[in-house]
Amino acid sequence: MVTFQEISPADFFYRNRDIAGFTNPSRAVFVSIREIVENSLDSADQISVPPEVYVRLTEEEAQPGTESGSGVYRLMVMDNGSGIAPRHIPSAFGQVLFGSNYKLKQARGTFGLGGKMSILYGQITTHKPVIIKSSTGGNKVYEFKMMIDIQRNRPVIMDRKTRRNKENWRGTIVEYSLEGDYYRAMSKVLEYLKQTALLTPYADIKFVDPKGRLYMFNKVTNKMPPPPTETLAHPYGVDVETLQRLFRVTTSKNLIEFMRKHFHRVGAGTSLSFLDFAEFLRTPDPKRLNSETLSQLIETNNKSAKFRKLFGTMDEKKLKALVKKTKTHNMADFLVTVYPKIDRSKILRLLASSRMVRSKNPKKLKPPEIVKLVRKMKKYPDFLPPDASCLSPLGEDLLRAGILKELKPDFIAVSQRKPSTYSGHPFIVETAIAYGGNIPKKDDIVVYRYANKIPLLYDEASDVSVKVIRSMNWRRYKVASGMPIAILVHLCSTKVPYKTVGKEFIADRPEVKIEILNGIREVARRLQTFLAKREHVAKEKKRLSVFAKYLPKIARFSADLAQKSETPDIELLLKSVRKYDEEGN
Amino acid sequence: MTKKETETQAKKKSEKVLKDLRDFGGELYAQMEKGQFPLVEMPSRSTENIYYNPDVRQYVLGDRNVKRNARNIRHIKPFTQMVWAGFFASELVKNRKTSTLRDVYYSAQAYEMTFKDQPESNNILTDLETATGFAREDFNVYPEERSALFGDLTIEYTVPGYEGKQLNMTSHPDGVMLGPSVVSSEFAQNKCDKVIAIEKGGLFTRFIEERVHEKFNALLVLCAGQAPRATRHYLNRLNQELDLPVYIFTDGDPWGMHIAMVIISGSANAAHLRGLTTPDAKWGGVYATDIVDYKLPTDPLTEVDIKRLHELEKDPRYTGELWKREIKTFLKIKKKAEQEAFSRYGLTYIVDEYLPAKLEEMSKD
Repeated sequence: MVTFQEISPADFFYRNRDIAGFTNPSRAVFVSIREIVENSLDSADQISVPPEVYVRLTEEEAQPGTESGSGVYRLMVMDNGSGIAPRHIPSAFGQVLFGSNYKLKQARGTFGLGGKMSILYGQITTHKPVIIKSSTGGNKVYEFKMMIDIQRNRPVIMDRKTRRNKENWRGTIVEYSLEGDYYRAMSKVLEYLKQTALLTPYADIKFVDPKGRLYMFNKVTNKMPPPPTETLAHPYGVDVETLQRLFRVTTSKNLIEFMRKHFHRVGAGTSLSFLDFAEFLRTPDPKRLNSETLSQLIETNNKSAKFRKLFGTMDEKKLKALVKKTKTHNMADFLVTVYPKIDRSKILRLLASSRMVRSKNPKKLKPPEIVKLVRKMKKYPDFLPPDASCLSPLGEDLLRAGILKELKPDFIAVSQRKPSTYSGHPFIVETAIAYGGNIPKKDDIVVYRYANKIPLLYDEASDVSVKVIRSMNWRRYKVASGMPIAILVHLCSTKVPYKTVGKEFIADRPEVKIEILNGIREVARRLQTFLAKREHVAKEKKRLSVFAKYLPKIARFSADLAQKSETPDIELLLKSVRKYDEEGN
Repeated sequence: MTKKETETQAKKKSEKVLKDLRDFGGELYAQMEKGQFPLVEMPSRSTENIYYNPDVRQYVLGDRNVKRNARNIRHIKPFTQMVWAGFFASELVKNRKTSTLRDVYYSAQAYEMTFKDQPESNNILTDLETATGFAREDFNVYPEERSALFGDLTIEYTVPGYEGKQLNMTSHPDGVMLGPSVVSSEFAQNKCDKVIAIEKGGLFTRFIEERVHEKFNALLVLCAGQAPRATRHYLNRLNQELDLPVYIFTDGDPWGMHIAMVIISGSANAAHLRGLTTPDAKWGGVYATDIVDYKLPTDPLTEVDIKRLHELEKDPRYTGELWKREIKTFLKIKKKAEQEAFSRYGLTYIVDEYLPAKLEEMSKD
């Protein structure tokens, strides 16, 4: 007999923890630290406070003789972020798929899953509760001791305390135990923290590892990128379900207003033009028009300087005569025949101003109509591209500061591309190239990949950036193998096109790929200039040294040959060579 | 010539060398004093600028000149090397010291004027020859000694410590080494009426043993393969100053032929110099026709030999009837023979039969 059963989201992830990256004890340590740290950084970013994150990993049970080499660790992460209101704390840490990230703006996390998965993983490997302390800066600090009821996806609060916030502390502390293998994860953890510090030059990150070693990544600036603002959906990115949800909540009585109110960068004009294109607009039949309505139209036009400029002063008699003869069945088509030189969108504006345009009540759309509307949205070519205010790119100055701080290169070029979109999702690519300093000399270029400020450390070979870099002819840019060169690619988007749930590499979407390519080309050209100049300077130095070596000898031997007691003065000659070269000839 | 005369002549020559080198340096000095990068102009020695001149019967350089400018980064090193070479030459001449090419190569290092290798330093010395018109022997740079001479000729040394001393060239049974002191000596007394130049040491010794110098009243010169430049210059002097005809005896192969030809008409490598050739010298064989006439023991011509013969066919120096005939014969019989091949008829056959016949034949022309 087949039995059916419903499982909770927590249960689902309990059964499929590999999806979230908890594949083995070493990966578990890395992912746990990463998820909690990212939550901390996000919470500070959201209130525009330079993050201060303190991470401590201690060994709870000294590596017992387990075959896997793993042990039990206690992880504590403290931040100075926004803090969490006490009523949200249990759900925020004890209920999978509950979070603050399900809105259209850029954040490091997107699923509201990582932190909870980490806690869940800790619970299932150690069966110990998690302790959360948090304050939003008010006069109280709240402390929760809790576990997750996995089958019901519910927090189980075991203890709660409230104490006075004497120090006016604001932030969150998360502390729990987990099974893991730090020593195998160590290099990745440190690389993760370093790369995070590189892209967050305004953050102070401290990490104490199980051996008591302190790693410090200090901020070099207090400037932060402007926080992202929440945004409406863009028509290109909408599906039937989204539309239906919007219909349910909207107060708009017609589609014209609905489009304008619920979509990103859709104004009155775009709304009209799109609905006309989608065949969701109705205008009256000119033949059935009563003369009052027509007079109203003419009056609207003649009163408005804007319209009069377009259509000229309308003559009622003439128009009425035309109405009688026309074969068209709606006003929009009729006016197009009368004013063939004027854009249809302008005609629609005039008709709308005269209250002659009708559209349906969104709540009354039938399912086939909804589907049709979504399809038309994807086909309509004239929606404005989304703007990038919902994104929080780092900006060229901060990017430069971060790279200078962590890599101390001899040369650096950074570039922020203009916002672009793929499937209605805005994105911005930031690229940088650095040469020398702490960058290792390798056969391959070192690549630092980021998505929404998160360093991507795994599956490098599959990533679009790496593919782009490999496809380029680097000799053109005077780059030879073995040069200490690092390239950084940062993609910010409301929806990063990850290839897998593991969120480690970015798919090669054509729009994204071309932006990355152009961004890298731009900084590579600047590197080329730098390398060419260096080469030139080295060549010149060598050239001058040749003159400096031989000219005195010529002078000396000539003087000896000519039996002169003094050598000729060659300073002028040497100077002329130098002067000549400084002019760059 | 009296002792005094020889002294003044040698002195005059070295004074001329020193003066020219001083002028060379003076010119560069003046250029630099004027704030100019020094510049030297000299005939080009590239193959396009080397012609065979039938009038002087040797290779000469054409009109094309090259400029070497210290302003040019590619020129400045060889320029400096050349000035150094001039300086070093003047030191040698001034102090009456001699040197070898190898010695020059190493001496440069004392002046931090390192040459990449021996060919580079040799080349720079040739540049100096081209620019000044003197041979390196005039700068007291001599090759390693390998040539020798034997016969009743008395020379007078001009080298320091030996000035005025005389030596008869029969004084040593192995011959006298044709070294710097002999080459720079003057002729004091001569009783020979011809010069016989011999390619190989074995035959040179045989000729002495067989008293060819007495029987034929000849001065014997050992070339030891391709005759060194000093030897060629010495043969020229014997021909010009003492009016002695020069006969050359080599192996019967293209290489032997060419040894004779270089003595007669010079080489492309020395196109910038005069006085190294003896245009009236005569090649006495071994001819290809001799191989046939004397039925000499032979070796087959190798591919390299045949290739060389085809090259000689096109060489402008090989226009004479004798040369053309012999090249053709070699190519026909495809055989070669060494000078020692005459020994099949006994040790003295070459002196008793071949040599008198040849000399008679050659003096007829």
